Amino acid sequence: MKLDELQKGQKAKIISIDASKTLIDRFHSFGILPQEIVECKAHSLAKQTIEIEVEHTLVALRNEEAHKIEIELID
Amino acid sequence: METITVALAGQPNVGKSSLINAISDAKLKVGNFSGVTVDKTEVVYKICDEVKCIDYEVHIIDLPGAYSLNDYTIEEKVTKDFLLNGEYDIIVNVVDSTHFQRNLLLTTQLLELGKKVIVTLNMNDEAQKEGIEIDDHQLSSILGVPCIKTSAATKEGIEELKKAIVEVYNKPQTTSKVIYSDFIEEEIDNIVNFLKERNYKSPIPYRHLAVKLLKEDKATYAKMHDEPIWIELHDVLKNALSHIYLHTDKKDLDAIFTDERFAFAKGAKMETMSLKSMRAKNLTQKIDKILIDKIWGIPLFLFFMWGLFQLTFSVGALPMDMIDSAFGSLAEYLRGVLGGGELASLVADGMVGGVGAVVMFLPNIVILFLGIALLETTGYMARVAFLLDGFFHKFGLHGKSFIPLVTGFGCSVPAYMAARTLKNPKDKLITLFIIGFMSCGARLPIYVLFAGAFFGQDNAGNILFIIYISGAILGLVMAKALKTFVFKGEDEPFVMEMPKYRMPSLKLIWHTVYSQAKSYLNKAGTFILAASILIWFASNYPKVQAPQNFDVNQVKMYELEHSYLGKIGHASEPFFAPLGFDWKMSVALETGLAAKEVVVSTLGVLYSLGDDVDEENSSLIKQIKANIPFASAIAFIVFVMIYLPCLAASMVFAKEAGGWKYLAYLFVMTTTTAWVLSFIAYNVTKLITGV
Repeated sequence: MKLDELQKGQKAKIISIDASKTLIDRFHSFGILPQEIVECKAHSLAKQTIEIEVEHTLVALRNEEAHKIEIELID
Repeated sequence: METITVALAGQPNVGKSSLINAISDAKLKVGNFSGVTVDKTEVVYKICDEVKCIDYEVHIIDLPGAYSLNDYTIEEKVTKDFLLNGEYDIIVNVVDSTHFQRNLLLTTQLLELGKKVIVTLNMNDEAQKEGIEIDDHQLSSILGVPCIKTSAATKEGIEELKKAIVEVYNKPQTTSKVIYSDFIEEEIDNIVNFLKERNYKSPIPYRHLAVKLLKEDKATYAKMHDEPIWIELHDVLKNALSHIYLHTDKKDLDAIFTDERFAFAKGAKMETMSLKSMRAKNLTQKIDKILIDKIWGIPLFLFFMWGLFQLTFSVGALPMDMIDSAFGSLAEYLRGVLGGGELASLVADGMVGGVGAVVMFLPNIVILFLGIALLETTGYMARVAFLLDGFFHKFGLHGKSFIPLVTGFGCSVPAYMAARTLKNPKDKLITLFIIGFMSCGARLPIYVLFAGAFFGQDNAGNILFIIYISGAILGLVMAKALKTFVFKGEDEPFVMEMPKYRMPSLKLIWHTVYSQAKSYLNKAGTFILAASILIWFASNYPKVQAPQNFDVNQVKMYELEHSYLGKIGHASEPFFAPLGFDWKMSVALETGLAAKEVVVSTLGVLYSLGDDVDEENSSLIKQIKANIPFASAIAFIVFVMIYLPCLAASMVFAKEAGGWKYLAYLFVMTTTTAWVLSFIAYNVTKLITGV
């Protein structure tokens, strides 16, 4: 499952990230990396952007970027 | 007196500027590092021990906020370059206690630099409200550097920080340490022992040297390569690296150390932070529920923008009248004092009149900038980017394009610079090309003048809103066209923090608005003063003899038409005639290439001198209404909305876009669009009004 499929209020664990080095570095600086837990907080109109919470930080990303993050749902 | 230079580094929104304000009440000195503003502050204070007191002069350099020491944004690049190559004694790392783990990632990178570091756990008051407790002593022993709890709001920890700066300054070397996984620590030990055995003279601690070597730091390698010890060191390193590769099953040192830093930051957080409750952080999420709501988010945003423009016009009108009449009396007074000759005309009509017409719009500009500063400091701007990215992306732009574009409503110069936050060169170029369509504050006077003259004070606010919105929509259409036909290809990723909502700091907003207003007035005092004098000269010379049978007004008209300015206007008349512009309007537009504010002062000079000089109806608004047909006025507004930005902005544009050829493209693009659309506007208006 990819991060862009996460529904509002659902939590998931990051399994892997498949992106360019610059993008991975950017994810890292927000604490988005494998083994971390993310929660979907909001979508914008037509679900083009997604807001997630990771370690008390709110991060907004576009669906294309979210699609590069493999996740696993948790309860 | 000893001088200490402190580099203040931290992630965005950690309260660095407020902390500086708390340390000193000194005036901020603004310096410039390749376009990003870097504030420098000087503080002088005394530190006493048992024996004596010493005065210290501390220079604090407020580096731009950086999430990490990457080159992702221009701010991060400036900060990284300064920390690596700049001259400074100590890094003070400002950490947001309420986002502890994420902030520690940067802290870890800073500790690895091998410089003296102090960590301040800022916003401690907020952290306590949120139930976050951090053990600063424990953290200090883990990181090996002083950790001080501070709060700019309550002044907590400010004195301790001042003392710590001096203490750390007087230490011979840095004591910072980052602890890695056992297998890396082992290799570090091996290298350190080797260096010790050989008694190698190193300017930085052995441990830092070892880490730099393991990270394959280029500068360190270049230096070590020339040392005799290199022959043996080479083998030690080769061994160490192959062990590390074996353990991690990776060959990418960057990735290995990134993982290590994250593990260290997480470990440090686990050991020092305890969370008692989860109260206040939900406030932000509650506000977000409304402000970034799928349905209400965008209408609310549009409502805020509409309110801002209404406020700009209605509240701004009051001081405007006062400024206007003050300059009017000043001009008359000076004319009286100087005796009414050529010099009196130069001073009263050229200088005071021209500059007055510009200063008059200061209230409008201050209100607009105030609104934009509020959007930024409260954290709402990031939400707007989130809401609008889907929309902007359709036009080939980026959610972040919103920030330079909105700045463009204030002034194009900082807007062009703000476009640097876009990493992808194509996204950046498209954004640069359409910033001019966002009508800048300097065009506001022209709109205010024309909207007031032709639509009345009551409707002017609405007209202004329509002008701004239609300019923005036109910009989007141009962006789509550019993306489709000129700049094809990959999009820039969109990953940004949504900071917590904050009450804006009055001091910070004041600082922003004040510096914007000051630069506007500086322009009035220099560029526009010079342009006003030039226009006054060009409209008064050469002196010609009017026919004998003309009355006073006809003589003035005749003289103007035969002046240099009149000649320029007449020469370009064929170009502008299809748009319904007379030669005066043509001249005003041309002088607007220097600065948009000059358009109004040119019209002021041209109309208040060139026609009926009756005391009763001498105000510019009345003159314009009496002299310009309605359709021509509409076409004029459209032309002003679109054509090339001022000289200063054009220079910055060429620099940011990366070449003069881009400015040529911009000139062709804007002039063509402006002419075509004005032509349409002129003819459609004529058709509708039947005039």
